[in-house]
Amino acid sequence: MSIKGKAFIAGVFEHPGRELPDKSLAQIHAELAKGALEDAGLTKDDVDAYFCAGDVPGLGAISIADYMGLQLSYTDTTETGGSSYICHIGHAAAAIAAGKCKVALVTLAGKPRSEKMKVGTGSRAMGGTDAPEIGFEAPFWPSTANMYGMAAMRHMHEYGTTSEQLAWIKVAASQHAQYNEHALLRNVVTVEDVVNSPMISDPLHRLDCCVITDGGGAMVIVSPEIAKDLKRHSVKVLGHGESPKHVGGGRVDLTYTGAVWSGPRAFEEAGVKHADIDYASIYDSFTITVLETLEDLGFCEKGQGGKFVSDGNLISGVGKLPFNTDGGGLCNNHPANRGGITKVIEAVRQLRGEAHPKVQVPNCEIALAHGTGGSIGTRMGSATVILGRE
Amino acid sequence: MSEMKYQSPVVNPETKPFWDATAEGKFLLKKCNDCGEFHYYPRALCPFCFSDKTEWVESKGTGTVYTHSTMRRAPVPFCLAYVTLDEGPTMMTHIVDCDLEQVAIGKPVKLVLKETDGDAKLPCFTLA
Ligand SMILES: [Zn+2]
Repeated sequence: MSIKGKAFIAGVFEHPGRELPDKSLAQIHAELAKGALEDAGLTKDDVDAYFCAGDVPGLGAISIADYMGLQLSYTDTTETGGSSYICHIGHAAAAIAAGKCKVALVTLAGKPRSEKMKVGTGSRAMGGTDAPEIGFEAPFWPSTANMYGMAAMRHMHEYGTTSEQLAWIKVAASQHAQYNEHALLRNVVTVEDVVNSPMISDPLHRLDCCVITDGGGAMVIVSPEIAKDLKRHSVKVLGHGESPKHVGGGRVDLTYTGAVWSGPRAFEEAGVKHADIDYASIYDSFTITVLETLEDLGFCEKGQGGKFVSDGNLISGVGKLPFNTDGGGLCNNHPANRGGITKVIEAVRQLRGEAHPKVQVPNCEIALAHGTGGSIGTRMGSATVILGRE
Repeated sequence: MSEMKYQSPVVNPETKPFWDATAEGKFLLKKCNDCGEFHYYPRALCPFCFSDKTEWVESKGTGTVYTHSTMRRAPVPFCLAYVTLDEGPTMMTHIVDCDLEQVAIGKPVKLVLKETDGDAKLPCFTLA
């Protein structure tokens, strides 16, 4: 059994705000849900399933379901950090295929920017004091930039990857972000700008790091029967894969991500090849996240990511693999420190032909969206979805 | 330059012997008596074969730098690292008590137990 063609993304919505100090977290979730349902041409009463992750306040899916007044037959609070929302697409498609629900709502929201959270440089030991690793990691103050820095350092050591190559990823994102009126950072930057920006945690510079933003996104995933009656163009779910990766009892290898497992599963289920992918949304918490993920998804050979991303190869209209045409997490939005849902939203825009004309991929038929959660330096979630225009 | 001030680790019944040993200057690893492998961080059940016949063994306290990243934006810059112990496992740690600009992948390191604000000491390493 496969989920291919069993579910459609009928509506998406990205909060236009990037700093929302005057809204509550529940309110942002609900505004996003309203936006995605309106985009789909559905109403709150059509929703029979709700999917969310660790960013929701209260008891799993239930507090927000209560706030929004949803009557549900199915909930899923899968938490794999920033990759959660891409897992949710696979889970929602499976639930729809099994007849458990017909209209699944997914939301992500947060306010780290207005709360002045030091996301990259503060300690990010996760999971609370009962997390089994806590005593062996938290005392070392492992900030996010620190951990991704360790991955970049090792990748450079093994494969000769350079800071200039990593910088090309930010350059491409900035080329796209200039056209996104909602993007937090719209200035176009050069390789020199990136490598001359202040060092945060070796070898990652300030411009190798993503933005910190409030806001979020929502999606509505529906059965084929419902999709067919909607006025808006829905996007078909072709394949999904997910896999966590961890530090394996001390057998640490930071040069690859969980995409080595999630990617092949998604490609196999979708029945497509790399050459078929017209557009890719790749999780970009840091430049190194993109580089390792592209290799692990098989867009180039392992270790050749630096070469692959160079010379504008990720810039729409210039390179072979247009990526993150909204400006991505590096320039546009990384709401709640979790960019998974915005990856899907821009992929849907591309497949609908509704991306900004300057970055729209002509005749975009098949898109890939990939999410990364947790930390590439310790334990992480990875999820890949492949979507088709139909 | 001021010194890094370490907070004492969260201790639970499973990891108490490890932290008690650090207070006495010892750095223990867990070894599995069924598959013979060392693992890190220490667990009651071997993460490789799931045997519950794991025992504490004192580490030689030597290894090499697997990777490192110096956090420049902290009040006191520090070098987060993974060190591959000669016993096999790779562990998260800090490289301390040396010129952090000299830290490099592959360089040999040796154990330094650093004081915390509690009884336990933290297993850190310095360039050998
Ligand atoms: Zn064993």
